[in-house]
Amino acid sequence: MNYAQHVLTHLRKDLRLEWRTKDSINGMLFFALLVVVVLAMAFDPASFPSMTRQISGGLLWVALLFAAMTALNQSWARETNNSVLDAHRLSAAPASALFIGKALANFLFVTAVEVVLAPIFTVFYNLQPLGQTWKLLVILPLGTWALVVNGTFFAALSLRTRNRETLLPLVLLPITMPALLAMIQATTAVLTGEFEPTLWIKVLVAYVIIFTTACVLLFQTVLSAD
Amino acid sequence: MPKWAQGWLGLTVIVLTYGFYQAMAAPREATMGNLYRVFFYHLPHAILSFVFPYLNLAASLLYLFWRKRNVERAAAADAFALASAEVTVLYATIGLATGMLWGRAAWGIWWAWDARMTTYLLLWLLYVCYLLVRSFSSTGQTAMISAVLAIFAAIDVPICFMSIRWWRTQHPAAVFGGGANSGIDPSMAPAVLWNMAAWAMWGAFLVGMRYAIERRRQQASNAEALGILNDDAAMAVLTHSLKEVR
Repeated sequence: MNYAQHVLTHLRKDLRLEWRTKDSINGMLFFALLVVVVLAMAFDPASFPSMTRQISGGLLWVALLFAAMTALNQSWARETNNSVLDAHRLSAAPASALFIGKALANFLFVTAVEVVLAPIFTVFYNLQPLGQTWKLLVILPLGTWALVVNGTFFAALSLRTRNRETLLPLVLLPITMPALLAMIQATTAVLTGEFEPTLWIKVLVAYVIIFTTACVLLFQTVLSAD
Repeated sequence: MPKWAQGWLGLTVIVLTYGFYQAMAAPREATMGNLYRVFFYHLPHAILSFVFPYLNLAASLLYLFWRKRNVERAAAADAFALASAEVTVLYATIGLATGMLWGRAAWGIWWAWDARMTTYLLLWLLYVCYLLVRSFSSTGQTAMISAVLAIFAAIDVPICFMSIRWWRTQHPAAVFGGGANSGIDPSMAPAVLWNMAAWAMWGAFLVGMRYAIERRRQQASNAEALGILNDDAAMAVLTHSLKEVR
């Protein structure tokens, strides 16, 4: 098997697991919905359209970030049952293929949540974007991948710590802060139409390339540590 | 403490004192008066807190390199990584505190969410998080986890540093190499340079001390694991064999 086939096998395994239980997607979706509702209670989004446009980008990403974090913690916990992780270590397949497969699966789960959440968000918040909305089709996948690639990596890292549930947000939030800034700024640019999102999309692309490389290079170390 | 370390400490205290004298004797600044003198402490701490993370990165990379090849050296690299991360947090804390004091007096606000301050706060958060992870991780895994995290943190630092050029900013433009009007008055240069040297020496001293303490802790826990903590003869054999490994 070549590298792409290894990745595909891991991806298919994760998708099948999710298809049978639907734990992550359902959990994330409901959690994100709750965050959106709770945030709507903090202010009245339907009455102040221009303020809503200003802050909606941030709210959307915060909801997605928190939702993704709940699923990421679980994504490796699956592998620890029956010592599956040890089997992965013994396997001849490259460790980074396991990582990319899992990151891709998590990416697809979070994207599925976004597809459902985005219309609900638009309706609930009475959101009327003033910029070029198609650019969100670039920003959302890039931002999701930036969250998910680091999240999957640090979830694997925090498997080795005492209180892993607490650790993931503590590590993930500071590391992804530049990416969060970029995706929130880009989304706000599209929603308000006041400035061009191009610069922040470039920042996101650079961030994604740099951190995907770092994750892929270092995953072997994390997996095989004893 | 060995003799040379005592000498270094003495020298550091002398340079610190001279730096303090220079900072107080420098001419008054045209617009801010005496207020600007905190700058002589803010600048060295701020600049040095961008240097120690890279010592931390270098030590972490060396740890990952030596992890499977030379256990003793790997442990030493890990101790150095811990020491430099702690000094990073200390210097960044002082940089933030002096910056806030200055901001309150000069701008009337303690904090503004501009690019430079936000990214500097992020540097502080990253290394506090590094220290937290160290205290969370199970023994035996700490060094590997923190080494990997250190690499991520160090990659994040330049991304933050660049952002001053991408975002409008309230912080004064970069003092050195920031364009036509940058740079300081020559009459203030000695105070800046002396304080820079003094705080660099002090930081090096702290890293060295912390490194030595961490190495002793490692040796004590190794000895405890082998059950020979209170056995002087066995300790001597162990120390000797470790030297041969090196």
